[in-house]
Amino acid sequence: MRPDVSTASPDQAKPAVELRGVEVAFRLADGTDYRAVRDIDLAIAPGEFVTIVGPTGCGKSTLLNAVAGLVSVRGAVRIFGSPLAGLNRRAGYLFQQDALMPWKTALANVAVALEPAGVSAGEARDRAGEWLQRVGLANFMDRYPHQLSGGQRKRVALAQTLIRDPEILLMDEPFGPLDAQTRALMGDLLLSLWSADRKAVIFVTHDLDEAISLADRVVVMSAGPAARIIAEHRINLPRPRVSADIRLEPRFHALQRAIWADLRDEVMRAYASGAAGAAA
Amino acid sequence: MKNRGALLLMQIAIAAALILVWYVGSSVPIGGKFLLPKFFFSTPAEVLARIQKMFSTASIWRHIHITLTETALAFFIGSGLGIVIGFWFARKPTVAAVLDPYVKAANALPRVVLAPIFMLWFGLGLWSKVALGVTLVFFIVFFNVYQGVKEVNPVILANARMLGMNDRQLMRHVYWPAALSWMFSSLHTSVGFALVGAVVGEYLGSAAGLGYLIQEAEGVFDVAGVFAGMIVLAVVVLVIDWLVTLIENRLLAWRPRATERF
Repeated sequence: MRPDVSTASPDQAKPAVELRGVEVAFRLADGTDYRAVRDIDLAIAPGEFVTIVGPTGCGKSTLLNAVAGLVSVRGAVRIFGSPLAGLNRRAGYLFQQDALMPWKTALANVAVALEPAGVSAGEARDRAGEWLQRVGLANFMDRYPHQLSGGQRKRVALAQTLIRDPEILLMDEPFGPLDAQTRALMGDLLLSLWSADRKAVIFVTHDLDEAISLADRVVVMSAGPAARIIAEHRINLPRPRVSADIRLEPRFHALQRAIWADLRDEVMRAYASGAAGAAA
Repeated sequence: MKNRGALLLMQIAIAAALILVWYVGSSVPIGGKFLLPKFFFSTPAEVLARIQKMFSTASIWRHIHITLTETALAFFIGSGLGIVIGFWFARKPTVAAVLDPYVKAANALPRVVLAPIFMLWFGLGLWSKVALGVTLVFFIVFFNVYQGVKEVNPVILANARMLGMNDRQLMRHVYWPAALSWMFSSLHTSVGFALVGAVVGEYLGSAAGLGYLIQEAEGVFDVAGVFAGMIVLAVVVLVIDWLVTLIENRLLAWRPRATERF
């Protein structure tokens, strides 16, 4: 489902992802509708790295699922200008939870991602090997997921997603379960891979530092239910970035203060309404 | 866990203690009476002699062979049916809902009552025992596969779909391994039940097999023969169980073992 050369260039003029008046509602067990997000207007340019922050339970993941085509929405979702129907074939999705197939080795998990594209098994294994090398797991190819650490599993998942060369990358707090140091390293790895061939990225996180150090633009969402976008901040810090260094810059702190000012009231509201407890 | 040698030593000690109790009870009169009268319990020496005699004529191998053949057939046919129907139920919730009471009723039925029917239908030979084993194995495999396919981790499934897998690829890479892992985790139980089906079937009516040997000895109050048959059967069970463990370790290599979790 990749565009061929002739359609690729006009695509570049259109946003990679465009949401217009998007609303997502779920039918709850008691029969009432729960509006997770509403009035979402958001456009992500090709090659742009956007992070979404918001209080827990604000529907950040729901928004990603809407772009992925995993939930049905009201409003318009356009991918490179064409309305999204069904699953988003041009997007790769890195989930918050472990999503690797536990019965496959690291190598097989990455190689299997090429099967839907019709790549031969031999070539898929070769390319999967290269990708595992790129994410620093050359010595762990034959390990099963349970034999890898949390950070290593995330690297395998990253290779599995990126080997398909998706034009849009959706990431749902992918490094959330990792410790702070590993998370910073994973962020740097992600940025270095991303800078090689810039994809449009939507990265959901609750970690403001992570959001700023990765993004071109930070989008702030309100507390749920019926969460909406309340602010956007352009991050004009120079690239390439190293997260450990960039966090020491004065401009980083200025951005942090500005975004936290928007976010703080929403976080308080989320806690007051008890959404924090019900979110997970 | 202590090392293997110490473990084996303790296991042998238990066998030795049991045999000692048996020997004393059946051979040493206490106050003019035997605690374990020979007529009901035989003696270790007599049973050992009987086992020796069984293996000296080589006919025992024919009986073991027949019992194992029935066990293997029951296992493979029962598992095959269990996998196919388990998949079918899990992928078609309507079918599962409609047939649910029938499955429950069939599973609740004590299988022994089916044995005479199977003998009428399939004769006194091999196949009536296989049929009995199949009815036991089928439900174990069926419930495990059904559960395994129905409860595939939704995140793994969503991830596989986002990787672009079609239905056939999802089946091959997600549903099938998930179902098989559940089935393999019940391998010991299902192989055991296949053997139970074969032996009970033989016991209730046949002309060969370990169940037949035991039943024949019981028919003439030959307690030594019954014990000898039971001991041979127990050894066969242990060997099969050991083989199943070997197979299981190969097939479920991807699974974390309790000792290697971190």
